[in-house]
Amino acid sequence: MTTKIRFEGVGRTFPVRGGRERLTALESIDLDIAEGEFTVVVGPSGCGKSTLLDLLAGLGTPSSGRVLLDGRPVTGPGVDRGIVFQQYALLPWRTAQGNVEFGLEATGVPKRERAERAREYLELVDLAAFADRHPHELSGGMKQRVAIARSLAYDPDVLLMDEPFAALDAQTRESLQDELRRIWRRTGKTIVFITHGIDEAVYLGQRVAVLTSRPGRIKSVVDIQLDRSAAEDIRSAPEFARYRHEIWTLLHDEVVRAQQLEKEAVPA
Amino acid sequence: MSAPTIAKRDTSGPAGSRPRTGAARRAGSAFSGIATRSAAVLLLLAVWELAPRTGLIDATFLTPFSEVVLALGELAANGQLAEHVQASLTRSLSGFGIAVLLAVPLGILIGWYRTVSDVLTPLVQVFLNTAALALLPVFVLVLGIGETSKIAIVVYACTWPILLNTITAVRNVDPTLLKLARSLDLPPLALFRKVILPASIPTIFTGLRLAGAAAIVVVIAAEMVGAKAGLGFLINDSQYNFAIPSMYAGIVAISVIGVGFNQLLVVFERRLTSWR
Repeated sequence: MTTKIRFEGVGRTFPVRGGRERLTALESIDLDIAEGEFTVVVGPSGCGKSTLLDLLAGLGTPSSGRVLLDGRPVTGPGVDRGIVFQQYALLPWRTAQGNVEFGLEATGVPKRERAERAREYLELVDLAAFADRHPHELSGGMKQRVAIARSLAYDPDVLLMDEPFAALDAQTRESLQDELRRIWRRTGKTIVFITHGIDEAVYLGQRVAVLTSRPGRIKSVVDIQLDRSAAEDIRSAPEFARYRHEIWTLLHDEVVRAQQLEKEAVPA
Repeated sequence: MSAPTIAKRDTSGPAGSRPRTGAARRAGSAFSGIATRSAAVLLLLAVWELAPRTGLIDATFLTPFSEVVLALGELAANGQLAEHVQASLTRSLSGFGIAVLLAVPLGILIGWYRTVSDVLTPLVQVFLNTAALALLPVFVLVLGIGETSKIAIVVYACTWPILLNTITAVRNVDPTLLKLARSLDLPPLALFRKVILPASIPTIFTGLRLAGAAAIVVVIAAEMVGAKAGLGFLINDSQYNFAIPSMYAGIVAISVIGVGFNQLLVVFERRLTSWR
C-alpha cells in the first residue's frame, strides 16, 4: 500500500496571550496513513486534534517537522483535501443544492456540470428530495450530510473530518456513521477522522491513533479488525468491547491529566 | 457510554412537515394583523381631529386632521406639493445614494482588516455621534447655500451609520464560513462576493434604514435654514405666512415619505434575504 499522508516529527506551538512563552499543542507527531485508509484520531479535549487536522488541511504550518501529502510537503490549502466541520459551515443563504455547488464553483467545474454533479452527490447522501431546502429547514444530521456531499462532490483524494458528528443526537450519529462507512467503501477516499468518542473511533476506524493530552503526542496506534459481516449489531460484539476497553485504558490516564491541566490553568 | 443501536434515518426534520392553512384563514389573520398595526395610528389621527374641534386645543394652532388633508389636496392640485417633494427627494436620495456607494465598499474593506477597523471604529463612532445638523453651518460656510451643501450634509449624515454597520457586519461573519472558504482556496474577489457580502447583508441593511431616516431629517433641516423649495422650506414658509394647514400638510407629507422609504428598504431587504 502506498503512503498517502505522512507526519514527520510534526510539532506546533502557539504564542500565549500576553506572555513570552509558547504553548505546545503538538509534539513530535509521526504517523503514516495509507491511501484509501480510514484513520481515526482520538484524544482528550484540548490535546491538539484539530490542530493536527488544520496542519494537514494547510490552514496552519507546523512549527517543526513536516506534513507530506503524496510525498510533497503541504504548503497551503487545496482542493485535493475536503474538510467537514463540526459546525457544518453551510452558507445559510444557499439551498442544499447551492451549497454543494459552492465547492464545485471554487474548484472551477463548468456551470452546466455543477448542477448535475451536485444532484448526484445529494443522492449519494440520500438528500435528493431536499435539494431546494435552505439549511435552516434541515435537521442537524441532514445539514452534515449536505456538508459531506459538498466535500465529496469536488472529488478530493482525502477527506478530513473534524468531529463532524459531535453535535448530533445519538441515533442520528449512528446512522451517519453507517452512511460514512458506506460512502468510504464506495468512493475509496482516504479519510482522517477526528473524534473524542471511543465508540465512534472503534466503529469507524481501520486504525485508531490515540493522542496524549497537551502537548499532543501519538500515544499508540491501534489496528481495528472487526468481522463486520458476522454480527448484525457489531457494537455489542465482544471484540468491539475489547477494542473499546483497550482505547479507553489508553485514554483514561490522559483524560485525568488533561483535567488536571485545566484546573491548573484556571487562576485561583 | 453505550449508545442505542436503533438505526433510523432522520428524515423527519423541521422540513419534513409543513402545515397548510386555508386561504380564508390566512386572509382573516392578515386582516386582523393590519387592524392591530394601524390601531395606534388611527387613534392618533382621531385625537388630532377631535381635540381642536372640541376646543381642547386652540384650532388656530392645531388644524384638525381633515382640514390638513384638504390643504394637502390643494397643494397637490396646484402643483406645489410635487415641486417641494421632488426637491426634497432629489436631495435626500442623491445624498443617500452617494453615501451607500461610498460607505459599503469602504466598510467592507475596513472590516476585513482587523487592526484597521480597531483603529478606525472609534473615529466612526465620534462622527456618528456628532449631530450632522451641528455641522450645517460649516457646510454652508464651505460649500455655500446651494444644492451642494445640502446634498453634502445628507451624505455626511448617511455615511456613518452605513459605515459602522458594514464594518460590524464584516467582522461578524461566521468564522467557520471563512475557514471553509480558506480551505477551498477561494480567491479574494470570490470570497467577498460569495461569502462576506451575502453574510453581511442583514446587518448592512440595519445601517441603510438608519441612514434613510437620517437622510430625511437632515434634508428638511437644511431646507429650513436656506432654500427656495423643498418640504422643509414649505413648512417654514407656511409658518411665517401663518398658513397653518399647509404647514401641517408639509409635516404629514414628510412623515409619509419617511415611512414609505423605510418600508421600501424593508421590502428590498426581504427580497435579498428571502432564504430566511
